[in-house]
Amino acid sequence: MGVEGAFGSEPAFVPYLAAGDPSVEASKAYVEALDRGGADVIELGLPFSEPIAEGPTIQGAVARALRAGMTPRRYLGFVRDVDTEAPLVCMTYYNLIYQFRDETERGGPDAFVHAAADAGVEGFVVPDLPVEEAGPMRRACDDAGVDLVSIVAPTTGDGRLRRLLEISSGYVYVQARLGVTGARDDVSGRTAETLARLQQYEAALPKAVGFGIRTGDHAERIVRAGADGVIVGSALVDVVADGHEAGDPVPDVADRLADLADELKTGAVRGRDPGPAEPERN
Amino acid sequence: MSSETDGRAGDGKFGEYGGQYVPEVLMPALEELTDAYERYVLGNEDGFMDELRERLRDFGGRPTPLGRADQLSARYDREVYLKREDLLHSGAHKLNNALGQVLLAKYMGKERIVAETGAGQHGTATAMAAAHLDMPCEIYMGRKDINRQRPNVFRMRLNGATVTPVTVGRGTLKEAISETMRDWATTVENTHYVIGSVVGPHPFPSMVREFHAVISREARRQFAEQVGGLPDAVIACAGGGSNTMGTFEAFLDDEDVDLYAVEAGGSGLGVDDDAGVAPNSASLSTGTEGVLHGARTKVLQDPDGQIVESHSVSAGLDYAGVGPQLAHLVDEERVHAVNVDDDAALEGFHRLSNTEGVIPALETAHAFGYLEEYHQELGERVVINVSGRGDKDLETAIEETPNHDVPNAPDMDVFEGTGGM
Repeated sequence: MGVEGAFGSEPAFVPYLAAGDPSVEASKAYVEALDRGGADVIELGLPFSEPIAEGPTIQGAVARALRAGMTPRRYLGFVRDVDTEAPLVCMTYYNLIYQFRDETERGGPDAFVHAAADAGVEGFVVPDLPVEEAGPMRRACDDAGVDLVSIVAPTTGDGRLRRLLEISSGYVYVQARLGVTGARDDVSGRTAETLARLQQYEAALPKAVGFGIRTGDHAERIVRAGADGVIVGSALVDVVADGHEAGDPVPDVADRLADLADELKTGAVRGRDPGPAEPERN
Repeated sequence: MSSETDGRAGDGKFGEYGGQYVPEVLMPALEELTDAYERYVLGNEDGFMDELRERLRDFGGRPTPLGRADQLSARYDREVYLKREDLLHSGAHKLNNALGQVLLAKYMGKERIVAETGAGQHGTATAMAAAHLDMPCEIYMGRKDINRQRPNVFRMRLNGATVTPVTVGRGTLKEAISETMRDWATTVENTHYVIGSVVGPHPFPSMVREFHAVISREARRQFAEQVGGLPDAVIACAGGGSNTMGTFEAFLDDEDVDLYAVEAGGSGLGVDDDAGVAPNSASLSTGTEGVLHGARTKVLQDPDGQIVESHSVSAGLDYAGVGPQLAHLVDEERVHAVNVDDDAALEGFHRLSNTEGVIPALETAHAFGYLEEYHQELGERVVINVSGRGDKDLETAIEETPNHDVPNAPDMDVFEGTGGM
């Protein structure tokens, strides 16, 4: 089906969780719960020690997963074992991709991209790899037949936008606001502006908006503003973190995740509802 | 140096090192900064460099002296000269870059300054420059560093800066840089990030080196005038590498001048993969190629590529990475990467203090530890950069000296029963 194909006639729901947070077994159950709850693509984080694009919530998830022993090799095993319908996109930082060596001692991004593709990963999002540095990664992804998703920021000008769209595949990750990841209580007005700018490019990829989306209502408004999908990370990680701190049984936390996934997916679908426009909520 | 390796080729690559590995949200700001660097700093547009030189003279106290160290010269049977960056306003070389970048931010129309700091020297210099140029300033500093560098924290507060503690990880420079990058990703449209070393994405490694190059341009001229000719060896301590690159820059083309970058060997070399810790900060000597904080360079990491926690008795050297140009110069064998451990650094701290009447920063003390151990391998005429003064380190020296093998330390009995300073 592929990553781009997962964006079908309905708006897509793209959740993020860090693999191994708070343990490998629990994390597997959580990712499968998101799939059950209606995920169309799953961004599965491979934790890196210096997550410079992440706010406190996802930093916490990364720290828990690292403490639980997650490594790039264990991540590949995790991808092989986890049972989901939705395609998996690996979200991580470039140093982990760059350092990985396989038995052929192939250097650069090739080894990890191929190993991940073999394990079942269908795409990558690499927040610290701008278009200037993405050449080797793009070639490795082409070679392995997987997607490389580019991030578009509110600060991205038209010249950069054109270059980003040229090298991006799968979908475009539209960063809804300045700053780092983290759930918010409102939706940035700059999202609509960025989406409108993207609209000018013909045959553009699906546009998935992330950074700050917490509720089904947020998801609905984002889709109404022109998004093809919504990416949600911190709000889901909060559920994992709260369950972990409270010592709740894994199946209970998984059910909560599936419920929130369902709310977000339903909200996104409602955003495409052709009925009379609802009055603006605040 | 060829245009490929001097960082002026425009792409910020030093061989395979350097580059711009940052989130897209920051890329437009780096493009804007690169443009400003080329126009104002390299091109002296609107007289930027003239104003900076004037301010470095009148506010900073440049030029700093080059002076002969008589006792050390006699001890090592060599001519030892000290480049006195400790006499620059703020007490360290850091002001060269901080004043340059804050002034550049003003020329660019930015309204706010953020910076990270490890030992607090860069934070102090940035806070002073921001006060001097009337810019609001926020400094991110690791919790552990705040506790071990209290005088500098107070100096920053006195200068009107906000000091924000960073509590994630071990609470040192690495975490402070990550957190400042997160602030910048949020405030990039009106804020300039004053990076404190020759690290990070292009144009920072080139620009910070350029602001500190005044150290070696002065030293080279002063040596020629006062002594004649060129020194045989130039020594500087190396953490991220800002004073190192500043001290080496004007000598890079002088192939007969040996250049030594002295890193913190801490309590031992190597990386403990299981603990995720390196008991040192010797990324040049022992690190491997990786991507950290926006640049490809030499870093301390485990085999998976996770960045490990570094260690040094000196907070200012306590960093798991190093400037990409310095890494390249080491690969090219133009710069010798060497290191000494915590004991040798403390020994150097006490040696310079009690033989020359100069109390150096613990960072700087590593260079003197190297001189003590390896002077016989050096040429006849040696220049050492005294990158900073040691007032900020007195508490650390009082605490740490009894825990280390430092035969030349003064008797500390005077403090007994007083609970220290």
